[in-house]
Amino acid sequence: MKTRDRRTRGDWIFDQFNVIAMLIICFATLYPIWYVLVNSFNDGTDAMTGGQIYWIPRQFSLENYVTVFQNAGIMTAMGVTVAKTVIGTIIHVFFTAMVAYALSHRELVFRNVYMFLGTITLFFSAPLIPNYLWMRDLGLLDTFAVYIFPAMFSFFDLIIFLTFFREIPEGLEEAAKIDGANDFSIFVRIVLPVSLPVVATIALFHGVWQWNDYFTGLLYTNSADLQPIQTFLYRVIAQSSSNQIVGATGGAINRTVTSQSIKLATMVITTVPIVVAYPFLQRYFVKGLMIGSLKG
Amino acid sequence: MEAKAGVQAPVPKPAIGKGKSNLLRKLYGQRYLQAMALLGVAWMLLFHYMPMKGIVIAFKEYIGVGDISMSPWVGWEHFRAIFEDEQMVNVVRNTLGISLLKLIIGFPIPIVFALFLNELRSLRFNRIVQTITYLPHFLSWVILGGILTTWLADVGIVNDVLMGLGLIQEPIFYLSEPKYFWTIVISSDIWKEFGWSAIIYIAAIAGISPELYEAATIDGAGRFQRMRYVTLPSLKGTISILFILAVGNILNSNFDQILVLKNQLNESTSSVIDIYVYEIGIKQGRFSYSAAVGLVKGVIAFALLLLANSFTKRVNQSSLF
Repeated sequence: MKTRDRRTRGDWIFDQFNVIAMLIICFATLYPIWYVLVNSFNDGTDAMTGGQIYWIPRQFSLENYVTVFQNAGIMTAMGVTVAKTVIGTIIHVFFTAMVAYALSHRELVFRNVYMFLGTITLFFSAPLIPNYLWMRDLGLLDTFAVYIFPAMFSFFDLIIFLTFFREIPEGLEEAAKIDGANDFSIFVRIVLPVSLPVVATIALFHGVWQWNDYFTGLLYTNSADLQPIQTFLYRVIAQSSSNQIVGATGGAINRTVTSQSIKLATMVITTVPIVVAYPFLQRYFVKGLMIGSLKG
Repeated sequence: MEAKAGVQAPVPKPAIGKGKSNLLRKLYGQRYLQAMALLGVAWMLLFHYMPMKGIVIAFKEYIGVGDISMSPWVGWEHFRAIFEDEQMVNVVRNTLGISLLKLIIGFPIPIVFALFLNELRSLRFNRIVQTITYLPHFLSWVILGGILTTWLADVGIVNDVLMGLGLIQEPIFYLSEPKYFWTIVISSDIWKEFGWSAIIYIAAIAGISPELYEAATIDGAGRFQRMRYVTLPSLKGTISILFILAVGNILNSNFDQILVLKNQLNESTSSVIDIYVYEIGIKQGRFSYSAAVGLVKGVIAFALLLLANSFTKRVNQSSLF
């Protein structure tokens, strides 16, 4: 690819094989997702009784989606997920970046102490039960706050911010200082806006984590109205409590939906925001990861 | 990590206390920065260091209610109990078995994938393949668990295809039979992560100087020889770092994944340390014993990390610290 030499016959064969292998890999990656999509748009009863549906819906139906959108429980769970993703990500990015900005100053007194405390967090953390008991003692059990505060900082993300902030030209900050701005307003008004690539990268990773995390909801909350969609789905899939879905459909008003078809539709709805946001953010995270990898 | 960041020269700043070496004046001059840093430290103390004080329950008999400090000390009793726990043998075997297989099979795949991706002539096709193969990384294990339970069900697509091909006569309940569990866990993990794991190698390959390839071509190196003697050696450092991290993670065995796929029927091959810690702690309420198991795991994991680090340091001078 890099050297434009003449292709030999062996090269040509290799290229064909390589392309075919890559096409097979892409197919193997996409097909399971396609399968769920197709089946979620098929009539539930038909899918159950009429045999396997491989490529396109046999009996196209929007009934599964209508049922899901009319289900108050699923919609509440969706709302929790959206809220915790948006709020959690904003706070995580702002807070972690803020601490990183302070630690990016080499002249900061006690900087080594702060860095040492942070580095330890990468290697040691309390086991599950002591952590759980501490959340209980803090009064965070069964609150929305349990999604936000324990996740608002990450030393790993801090290192990525730190590496980026060091590249910002000194002059930018100096000019603002002369105008009498303090370090906090320099961070908010100057540093954050010029750090968009790294902010977008960390926001993407944390946002995806918040969106996908089911264990926090499972471990720390009980109330149905605090349950994120992933925790809801976990209960449906792993604990096979599909009656949670069927029950919520009001005793299946029409016979065309099944718990399986509703499950698939819910999975699709849960995944769509990620798949839609993903191509837009891809160019950022490739760059952001390279910044992260530079630190070694 | 810190040592490497130190290559940059210290940035001179017109600090207020400079020269007078007056700590208080210096602190006052950077009071905003100190406040910002201390908020971070406060978070670390509150959510990372304070929970550690609960580790004492591993040496106590704490039943979950009331004040931890009031519960009686039992010394090393819970740690001794780990060695007498019959389930522990199974749990450790499953953890190491799944992790080692993931390491042996799953670790080289992204490297090979990145090497072959780099050989694609069309940059556009290269980008498309990357975009597609990164995607599963962003799906949650719950979603993937939903796909797997659908595919592997008795009426699922896997049974349909295999019966259609005449390879099996009766549908198999894959997730209910212990002997299939490791295969399911390892292959689904590879499916989800191989593309994403390759990203770091792809970035490293992009950084290789084209002159190296040109020199190799002039010396008469063919395609495979360039892959073998130019690309692969350039990845040595990256491979080492990721290998250290993978070994340090060997006791972790992907909790999120296994919790979704595990059920009572496949328990004999699906129960791993993290799951066991969760189940005996939260479900059975044996808080102290669970904390003891978790603590032992944490200590061994850190020892493994140090071991892997010193190993790669000796072999090829790349290390985490």
